Amino acid sequence: MIRLFANANYDFIKWRRWAYGLTAAIIIPGFALFLVRGLNYSIEFTGGTLIQVQTAEPVGPERIRSALDAAGIRDAEIQQFGAANEYVIRARLGRADAVVEGSTETTAAAVDSALARALGPSPDHYKVLRTEAVGPKVGRELQGKAFLAIFFSFIVTLVYLAIRFEWRFGLAAVLATAHDILSTIAFIRYLDLEVSLVVVGAVLTMVGYSLNDTIIIFDRVRENLRKFRRQNLYEILNLSINETLPRSVLTHGTTMATTVALVLLAGEVLRPFALVMTFAIFTGTFSSIYIAAPLLMYIEKRWPGEDARGARALRPAGSVPLTPPPSSGGSEARSKAAV
Amino acid sequence: MRTIRSRLIAIGGLLVLAVWQLIPTNVTQRVRDPATGRMKDTTIRRVPINLGLDLQGGIHLALEVDQSKGPVPDCADAIQRAEKVVRTRIDEFGTSEPVVQIQGRCRLIVELAGEKDPARAKSIIQRTAFLEFRITDMKNLFRDALPEIDKALRRAGVTVAGQGAAAASVTQLFGTDTGKAKAKAPKGKAAAKDTTDLNAPGALSSLLFQGQLPGEYLVPEEQVPVAESLLARPDVQRLIPRGIELRWGTEVLSRAGRSYRTLYAAEDRPIITGEYLQDAKATRDPLTNQSVVNFVLSRRGGRIFERETGRHVNDYMAIILDGRVQGQPPVIKSQIGQRGQIELGAKPLQDAQDLALVLKAGALPAPLTIIEERTIGPSLGQDSIRDGIRAGVVGVALVVLIMVGYYRLSGVLSVAALALYVVFTLAGLAGFGFTLTLPGLAGLVLSVGIAVDANVLIFERIREELQHGKLVRTAVDEGFKHAMSAIIDSNVSTALTAFILYLVGTGPVQGFAITLIIGIAASMITAIFVVRTFYMIWLDRRPDMVTLSV
Repeated sequence: MIRLFANANYDFIKWRRWAYGLTAAIIIPGFALFLVRGLNYSIEFTGGTLIQVQTAEPVGPERIRSALDAAGIRDAEIQQFGAANEYVIRARLGRADAVVEGSTETTAAAVDSALARALGPSPDHYKVLRTEAVGPKVGRELQGKAFLAIFFSFIVTLVYLAIRFEWRFGLAAVLATAHDILSTIAFIRYLDLEVSLVVVGAVLTMVGYSLNDTIIIFDRVRENLRKFRRQNLYEILNLSINETLPRSVLTHGTTMATTVALVLLAGEVLRPFALVMTFAIFTGTFSSIYIAAPLLMYIEKRWPGEDARGARALRPAGSVPLTPPPSSGGSEARSKAAV
Repeated sequence: MRTIRSRLIAIGGLLVLAVWQLIPTNVTQRVRDPATGRMKDTTIRRVPINLGLDLQGGIHLALEVDQSKGPVPDCADAIQRAEKVVRTRIDEFGTSEPVVQIQGRCRLIVELAGEKDPARAKSIIQRTAFLEFRITDMKNLFRDALPEIDKALRRAGVTVAGQGAAAASVTQLFGTDTGKAKAKAPKGKAAAKDTTDLNAPGALSSLLFQGQLPGEYLVPEEQVPVAESLLARPDVQRLIPRGIELRWGTEVLSRAGRSYRTLYAAEDRPIITGEYLQDAKATRDPLTNQSVVNFVLSRRGGRIFERETGRHVNDYMAIILDGRVQGQPPVIKSQIGQRGQIELGAKPLQDAQDLALVLKAGALPAPLTIIEERTIGPSLGQDSIRDGIRAGVVGVALVVLIMVGYYRLSGVLSVAALALYVVFTLAGLAGFGFTLTLPGLAGLVLSVGIAVDANVLIFERIREELQHGKLVRTAVDEGFKHAMSAIIDSNVSTALTAFILYLVGTGPVQGFAITLIIGIAASMITAIFVVRTFYMIWLDRRPDMVTLSV
């Protein structure tokens, strides 16, 4: 029987300050970059025109740019997309010369005819695989909707956690989720991923997934608080994290298997989504252990609950011996070796 | 034993229901017969899962009432009437399972799956198709008003700034081109010459040359924008005689190497409009080889048309479609009844067919403007499906490997449940008529990874209980019992975020949310109920089991 981390007894919480430093080192520069440069929003949000073309031979982006320049469409972004002979042309609204006559739809037609002139007639020399033309109004609406989606998911999860758990747990979980969103924004900024509505969907799924992880640990904390009346919160948290460790490793392993398969195999359109989901597994796991759990400790210290165990929580570890659950023994040796 | 049997019956029932949803069924589709150009119904067999446009290719349009040329007071009412017209047109035009629906109050969504000619589809949807017949300016009222208009323009041209560009081009035309234009102008030029000579440089009249029939004028192609801007001026509009309106023609005439656009002065009241039209058919005139649309008016329309044409024998009648005069207005030789013809000249027969189609479906109550368009080629959709399935197969294989490798026989149980999970999720999509989109496909793959979480939680719990020295049967019971609260909490929170995503998302993202929600529901059933049943059967067969393969 393979057993990973069975009866593990690591002092996770001890390393919390290192963890804060690590996550700050990721989030602060990324977020600063986000504030300065913004994000690479898709044309769904900015309004504009996207055209994906497949050429007969790999002509290179320069050739396409010169074709568009000749037609007076400057300021368009041209990007190779997946295969060597596929390109995506983006003309965003609000850039001076990117859009013909302010209409996103006529721009698509203008790009098409410019390509036909430069590369030769359509089905033989190039093919338009995909066109998206989004007017400014739709873009603005979608921005509002994406904001609402993130806002409401926060409210709803907060209410749900308040019903299911004590408010102290709920607050810690929501703050950990906020951390996840910040670090995901930093991640998106570092890789300069295109933020489409699907990526917003990935961020929301990430919120749910990370919350899952926090809930699983807190569920165990809730149970252990009832079971081990003598221990302080520091120990209970460590115990709960260790007890749920095999589950975390397994579930993150299977989820990671699917997201990595999506990153590598599912094609260019889904790649930003899959990358965000893969990162979400890391940040979700990290925040459940190093943000949510220590936060719960601080919150308990500040506003102690009924038994005020949190007030004692920050006492140095080891002053009360941590009792691992009674074990039938035998298999630990192998699992420790695996670590 | 009884509980096992009833559980198995429940699972079997669910499975039968799910498989029944997924059996390929006959679907009727309207497709265009390439030979005749008519619509016909064909039936094909396919698995009844709706694929989104991003997977099967097609065109998605969001349209709104065009308010740029004047406000439309009640856009909700206009869009409701437009929806009926557009639906009729699309049904005739023919793509399989078109979607025409109103979103919000004033927005129309049109989705045409598998459509290969987006430009044509768009023009058919957007065309207002307002048909009217008007008598041209038989008394030359407009021509007589030209000197007054020129005088007004001259006054304004001197005093009003901002007309510099137009005025400059007018004089330029006059200085260099007039001689040439005069020499080459068509036969009716005498009239134009009259006015220009009499009034020296007339800003407007210098652009217009008298055409062959009363009320027809020719404007050099390159001067059309200048003429348009002059005619749009309010001081010019005021001087256009009462009862007369100007309409541009569709024809571009070529005379001695120069091209001219036709401009018609016609009565402002139509003698009849397209609302009386009953049928329209496109044909090719065998004699002239021109594309024509033959139309039939309703009985009432026929009576009106007969009366009006009777009053206007020997007059010219302009056929105006969406504000543009089609072809050269024919002379009314005698009374016309219910039948008539619109000539389209050398245009291809397909244009005539499209025109017949939109005329028959009726006019849009207001022009529609496209505010969002997405077109996905069919090959891209197929690539997406192929890539998505490939990623899914690899992902699921890895999950199976991890589960069976780690939990051995119990892992096998969870993988069996996972197979049921996939069947249930797909059946859920088919049964409720939801659409599978590309993000939805990603959601399906992802949810396989997440779906085993419930089983992982249960198995880990059983392991712990066994470690505490509990008997196998008790350990399984306790494992399920204790894992339940965590499973429910985590699934409900994911479902809530997915639900919000569904509420605010659009097409593809809604597909993702739906797949996630159905996946969560299916995983709760399979991971808890089905796996539990498997365990019950297993323990029932081997009641003396002391070690559990978990």
